[in-house]
Amino acid sequence: MIGVPTSAGFVPPSPADFWQPLIGDGGFAITRPMFLMVLTTAAICLVLVLGTRRLTLVPGRGQWALEGVYGFVRNSVGRDVIGAAHVRPYLGLLLAIFTLVLVNNVMGITPLVQYPTFSRIGFPIVLAVAVWAVYLVAHVRRNGLIGFLKHLVPPGLPVFAVPVVFVLELLTFLVIRPVTLALRLFGNMFAGHTLLLLFALGGEFMLLHGGAFLKVVSVPTFAIFFFITAFEILVSFLQAYVFVLLTSLYIAEVYADDH
Amino acid sequence: MTGSLAIVGYGLSAIGPGVGVGLIFAAYVSGVARQPEARGMLQTIAILGFVLCEQFAIFGIALAFVFSG
Repeated sequence: MIGVPTSAGFVPPSPADFWQPLIGDGGFAITRPMFLMVLTTAAICLVLVLGTRRLTLVPGRGQWALEGVYGFVRNSVGRDVIGAAHVRPYLGLLLAIFTLVLVNNVMGITPLVQYPTFSRIGFPIVLAVAVWAVYLVAHVRRNGLIGFLKHLVPPGLPVFAVPVVFVLELLTFLVIRPVTLALRLFGNMFAGHTLLLLFALGGEFMLLHGGAFLKVVSVPTFAIFFFITAFEILVSFLQAYVFVLLTSLYIAEVYADDH
Repeated sequence: MTGSLAIVGYGLSAIGPGVGVGLIFAAYVSGVARQPEARGMLQTIAILGFVLCEQFAIFGIALAFVFSG
């Protein structure tokens, strides 16, 4: 915006734009993402329960679509990463995470809704903590606490390196993994939505409040807005896939000594 | 000219992950070109590498907003 005098008065989007309370304000409030989360969770439950109520051997159109989603999570994530022998107890978790993240991310570009729930850090933290608890509990239940701690250090290390690697691996297990899991989803959704906001607000400002030159420039700005919206579809799928992929990778480590 | 230096810092810090993601997908493309039947397995690995590399850029965005406030 250098050398453009009319740019004065434009307010760029900030994290404050994501705070949208519906009922109440301050410390306790029902916010828009909370409402959206309840709505999407109910919708996913409804679709999955109603869609799988009358299963037939030759699937109809709805059953075919649901089986596509389920098959994707089971085959290309669960079986490929965790392995067919151990994947069964985790399929529910993987499918729930995938559908929840995917639907909530797509909400970010759905007209009239346009709020990605996971752009508020609280929501991805809950998911990451759930995954964290699952893989830690699975680890300790299968290998015991001693076996879990032993598993952290790969065999064949020189003695002086063992404590260093142990501390690093423990830190990875307990802190870095859940933090990165939560921050990745949050960061992608937050950054994508901020970009959308920036181009929408910037285009509007240039078109309505700018000079003749800025009015012309606002056209490519809106074009970029559409382009980023399309890009967000890709990011939504990618982030849902990645979240499930990493979850199953962490779970797969529990059974790593099997093969 | 006014603004936040944190955003400039974020732009600089995004160079590293950018190069990294480029290298990963270059390796993925040449891998698939050499052995097209390994595509499915390579895709999982490539996306995993992409994600692990991208997370630093994402941390950068979070920190840029933290320090610009």
